[in-house]
Amino acid sequence: MAPIAPAASVAPSAAEGSKKRSRIAYFLLIPGLAWLSIFFVIPLVTLFITSLQTESTRRPGTYVPGFQISNYTDALAEYWPQFVRSFVYAGLATAFALVIAYPLAYFIAFKAGNWRSLMLVLVVAPSFASFLLRTYAWKTILADDGPVTSALNTLHVLPDGRILNTGIAVVAGLTYNFLPFMVLPLYASLDKIDYRLIEAGNDLYGSPQQVFRKVTWPLSMPGVVAGTLLTFIPAAGDFINAELLGSTKDKMIGNVIQTNFIEFRDYPTASALSFSLMAAILILVLTYIRRSGTEDLV
Amino acid sequence: MRWIREHVIGAIAVMVLLYLFLPIAVVIAFSFNNPASKFNLSWNEFSLDAWTQICGVPGVCSSFVTSVEIGLISTLFATILGTMISFALVRYRFKGRSSTNLLIFMPMATPEIVMGSSLLALFLNLSFPLGPVTVMIAHIMFIISFVVVAVKARLQGMDPRLEEAARDLYASPSATFRYVTFPLVLPGILGAALLGFSLSFDDFIISFFNAGTLVTFPIYIWGAAQRGIPPQVNALASLVFIAALVIVLSAQVVAWRKRKALAVR
Amino acid sequence: MPAGVGRTVEDLRLVNLTKQFGVSKAVDDLSITISAGSFFALLGASGCGKTTTLRMVAGLEDPTSGQVFIGEQDVTDLRAFQRPVNTVFQSYALFPHLDIFENVAFGLRRRGIKDVDAQVNTMLDLVELSALARRKPSQLSGGQQQRVAVARALINQPDVLLLDEPLGALDLKLRRQMQIELKRIQSEVGTTFVHVTHDQEEAMTMADTVAVMNAGRIEQMGHPADVYEMPRTIFVANFLGQSNLIQGTLASFGDVVEVAAFGLSFKMPSQRNVAPGHSVVVGVRPEKITVLDAHDETKLPSTHNRIYGTVTDVSYTGVSTQYLVETPWEQSIIAFEQNSIVGDRCELGDPVVLGWAPEHTFGLDPAEGIHAGLDRAVLELESDTEA
Repeated sequence: MAPIAPAASVAPSAAEGSKKRSRIAYFLLIPGLAWLSIFFVIPLVTLFITSLQTESTRRPGTYVPGFQISNYTDALAEYWPQFVRSFVYAGLATAFALVIAYPLAYFIAFKAGNWRSLMLVLVVAPSFASFLLRTYAWKTILADDGPVTSALNTLHVLPDGRILNTGIAVVAGLTYNFLPFMVLPLYASLDKIDYRLIEAGNDLYGSPQQVFRKVTWPLSMPGVVAGTLLTFIPAAGDFINAELLGSTKDKMIGNVIQTNFIEFRDYPTASALSFSLMAAILILVLTYIRRSGTEDLV
Repeated sequence: MRWIREHVIGAIAVMVLLYLFLPIAVVIAFSFNNPASKFNLSWNEFSLDAWTQICGVPGVCSSFVTSVEIGLISTLFATILGTMISFALVRYRFKGRSSTNLLIFMPMATPEIVMGSSLLALFLNLSFPLGPVTVMIAHIMFIISFVVVAVKARLQGMDPRLEEAARDLYASPSATFRYVTFPLVLPGILGAALLGFSLSFDDFIISFFNAGTLVTFPIYIWGAAQRGIPPQVNALASLVFIAALVIVLSAQVVAWRKRKALAVR
Repeated sequence: MPAGVGRTVEDLRLVNLTKQFGVSKAVDDLSITISAGSFFALLGASGCGKTTTLRMVAGLEDPTSGQVFIGEQDVTDLRAFQRPVNTVFQSYALFPHLDIFENVAFGLRRRGIKDVDAQVNTMLDLVELSALARRKPSQLSGGQQQRVAVARALINQPDVLLLDEPLGALDLKLRRQMQIELKRIQSEVGTTFVHVTHDQEEAMTMADTVAVMNAGRIEQMGHPADVYEMPRTIFVANFLGQSNLIQGTLASFGDVVEVAAFGLSFKMPSQRNVAPGHSVVVGVRPEKITVLDAHDETKLPSTHNRIYGTVTDVSYTGVSTQYLVETPWEQSIIAFEQNSIVGDRCELGDPVVLGWAPEHTFGLDPAEGIHAGLDRAVLELESDTEA
């Protein structure tokens, strides 16, 4: 009795029982799935319908059903810089997060010993403090007269002479905020690696760099894929970091959607942008998963 | 040289952890600040005012309570619904398994702003009034997926022989569930609930879109960020952080004690 | 399941029991009676259907067809929790959230028995674990967990106790100890034990009846010594212990049968030959063979069967010496010689004569093929060395 398929080994093998049992399955599934369908799937459909609405001629400021494709072309023509910027910022933040998270995840998986579970708690713990307040705290840390900015300024590495209210601060904030989402999947997949494989690599005259390139990195690929997705997706849709840490020149698509929806009440434009974001991310994610060859992730 | 190489990764790991905690240190420190202007951004002087008069600023504590209430109710519903789905996924065979998995995966792979805005689009089209109900509907929706992932993992990690043993020992299906399955899955469910509550309590983007005039704690902070966040907010957030850390660490200590008891056997 | 004194133990009867998984039959038309109070071992390689059989008796698996009787009662349609049968699971399946006492009390409580203390304590005494009643299973050693699993099942006074590879997770020394322990417990409580194992030594030491199972069917069943001394199929000869098998043809009938092979003649009492036709596989167990230097052939009793050959390997194993002897027809014969003989052992390259009594010879039906019941890995190794 190998523990391969617990579901199969518990599921009834008798034909008469299985019909009754699948009724129980649907009873268990339907409330939750209905909730997700009504409040996740249907809203996406509504979003799409809204994105094609036209402004009412009789009552300006309200919208009626239509098929206004120009909502999309107009919105993208106007806001493509923010769109591109979102993906660039999110991409940079994901790359930095990967570089920062990997050594930490590696250490927890292979070197931490008795400290392993405590360190995992410490990785998650920052999320217990308010997301907004932590982001706000970077305003203090990166302030123009603060130690970080002064130190970097003596090295003359900052193009504008400041960090706060620049794209650097926004990317830094995004990197920070979604770092745990990178560490955890990386840890999970590194933890599954039999450390003897790495030792065998060392034993077979691989230099540490070669062993990492040929053994550790390929084996941790599922974690890398999951981690980058879990970091990139929320980062691309975020507007908090750009709002709190950036200037008006650093706005991301999230800010545009937010202002159009809530302040301008231009629902069709905002919906078109939101739907485009969803579609763009979906396409990006699917190609990425296919490229990295870990389709079984989903 | 060798010593450096062996410890460099540990040093990096510690530095990354310090980096993760740096803003929290700032949040806690500035709860003891007496800000010179209305913006609590630079250190002025030490003060306990924010802690002694933690509800001293109008709206802070009421928004905090609102978030706790919404968090508790949303977590309760999402945990029940998500746990039911997990049981179906692990224990039963049924048609439509892969679409079920997809439906559960999608909310986790969708940017919050898309979920928030699409729900708002739905409520606007239905002219459904925004408020606590719409926020809770949204929270339950996005927490379910996380609950399913957590509870499913726990269920899959359970030896199916334990339930067979119960049946073998005269436990009817309901007794098996009550005395074996449920107690064994309970830690997973509690963990999922804790995660769900922290997600709900801290959610800003989805809530912001669907709250109408309702002010949750994150929404309060967002509004205050424009006109200056009072140190009371830092004090409350510090309290939440410490409370959560205590809960998780004591769970760790319990697990650690168990392991230690095993080791000395 | 009334617990109490004066309880009569009942026979366990399987009637045409069949279990089909997709196209393959895990258990194929199995009919056996396991008499009350016996210690019955179901022996076979992994995948032979023994565990499936056990699970059908326990009610954890529904048979495709056939019935299970306990005494006169047909329990085929009863669910697991309704049967007077309890199981000691492989790797024990102790409830990790309950302490030892509650694990043992579980079955009683489920049957609504309020006052369980006395019974549980008696049972814990029986397995010598009273001191650990309030420990959690994870705080116990493998052997202790094993005893809890036995106590947890036995406290219900089942008509039949099923043991699914109960000693598989223990190391060799502990396994020996637990074998003796289980036998003691069985003789004390008198319950029918049905023990599933792939370990032939375990089956033979513990059981009073052994059934060798292969591909969903029982190949042979009987007292361990009978099955070992007179295997009825090539599978049993090879799977239960080791056998030397030589292909031959029937030369004469009568009370004593004679089989001719490679210019030699092997005799055996006719009741020890089960081959239906002229083609017979002659078998002998390695420890029945005497190995003598070719010059000393006269020391063999004249009635003995004999083979001539050359020693190709000698391994000293302490209690015995194992010889590999190559015959002129290039077959390797294995022989175990007790190290109680005074004098020289035969050495590599020595010409030797192998002799054994006709009463230790058996004749088998060659239809199965001479390799039935051998480990696939061993076979591959052999063909490698031959190449």
